[in-house]
Amino acid sequence: MADDSRVFQVEIITPDRIFHTGGATMIEFNTAAGEIGVYKKHIPLTTVLAPGIVKIHNDGEEDVRAAVHSGFAEILPDKVTLLAEIAEWPDEIDKSRAEAAKQRAEERLAGRTEEIDIKRAEFALRKALVRLDISE
Amino acid sequence: MASMRDIKRRKGSIQSTQQITKAMKLVSTVKLQKAKNRAEQTNPYFNYMYQTVTSMLAKSGTISHPYLNRGASAKKAVIVITSNRGLAGGYNSNVTKLVTASGELPMEDVEVYAIGNKGKEALERRGYEIKMDGSSIIESPVYADAAGLCKRVLADYTAGEIGEIYLAYTHFKNTVSHEPKLIRLLPVEFDGEEMESAAQSGVLMNYEPNEEEALDMIIPKYVTSLFYGALVEAVASENGARMQAMDSATSNAEEMISDLTLKYNRARQGSITQELTEIIAGASAIS
Repeated sequence: MADDSRVFQVEIITPDRIFHTGGATMIEFNTAAGEIGVYKKHIPLTTVLAPGIVKIHNDGEEDVRAAVHSGFAEILPDKVTLLAEIAEWPDEIDKSRAEAAKQRAEERLAGRTEEIDIKRAEFALRKALVRLDISE
Repeated sequence: MASMRDIKRRKGSIQSTQQITKAMKLVSTVKLQKAKNRAEQTNPYFNYMYQTVTSMLAKSGTISHPYLNRGASAKKAVIVITSNRGLAGGYNSNVTKLVTASGELPMEDVEVYAIGNKGKEALERRGYEIKMDGSSIIESPVYADAAGLCKRVLADYTAGEIGEIYLAYTHFKNTVSHEPKLIRLLPVEFDGEEMESAAQSGVLMNYEPNEEEALDMIIPKYVTSLFYGALVEAVASENGARMQAMDSATSNAEEMISDLTLKYNRARQGSITQELTEIIAGASAIS
């Protein structure tokens, strides 16, 4: 078992279910300002999530990995809560669908010029890439 | 006294109605179970969202942000969540009554975003302006649909077309009690007590990238989660209301049937007695 003084609580909540709860010694995830890693006793911080892979490390246990696409995170000294709109385990991802989505987004990015379209396509592309990455 | 045949026919028709109501009750019981589970699973997300946004706003006190101040337009958007199908007792009319009876919502200023045919029809008849009809969402509410609709409403809000956003739905307390509710989504309002306790909890929160941008991102998600939560609760309430309505319809039918059975037996007895009297009278006339 991990040393208690280094373990904090992690919760990942989505609209449809409580996705994951458990202890961790470190958690890594991607925010709008870049990837961050959080240990216990981090300063309180609320930050916006970007599509990416969440890795939860816990001593003596295997790392937990999941894809999280949008939402925000609340970090407190002894607890990290991710409120995600979409979260998926690696085995829940449909690889061929993600592949198709990636292609679609790439085509759109190559073709259109309107700003709103580009933003959406970029977001879709990032989601697809994350899905492919984690299901590998 | 009604003839035997009439009574029998009536009884038959009530019996077949009872069969329908019984079947509908069973169906809505099953649907209620499902909807209730979903509502329960949605709750943690919704509660946490509410807590976070409350504490965020409590600590950032005087921040000025378009989502926190009333828009310039006098128009008020009302999202009305009802069902697509009837036979649910007072479920639909209770929600529409909230809108029509509310003093804050004069008819000229209201734009209705209708979710559910029944509410849409009722408000249309009364002369409300229906801005959008999203009735298909209620059939099987998924988060993506809720997000899509909220995006539209929020776009209208930030464009200044509407000044306030309200949500009328049925809160699912438990299986037998549902309460129609009208809440204001935007500008965000919180009750003072919770604000204070959140402000006193003492943790100094930091925001990344910064407070304003975080609010920009989080408030739409907050509105969407409120809306999605309301949607899921409304579905549960609808099935609960229908189950109750069908339950009482079935027991009413039961009562009517037993009443008619009694009448039928009396009529049968009466006709036998009459026949006998006639035969005896005929026989005694001959002898």
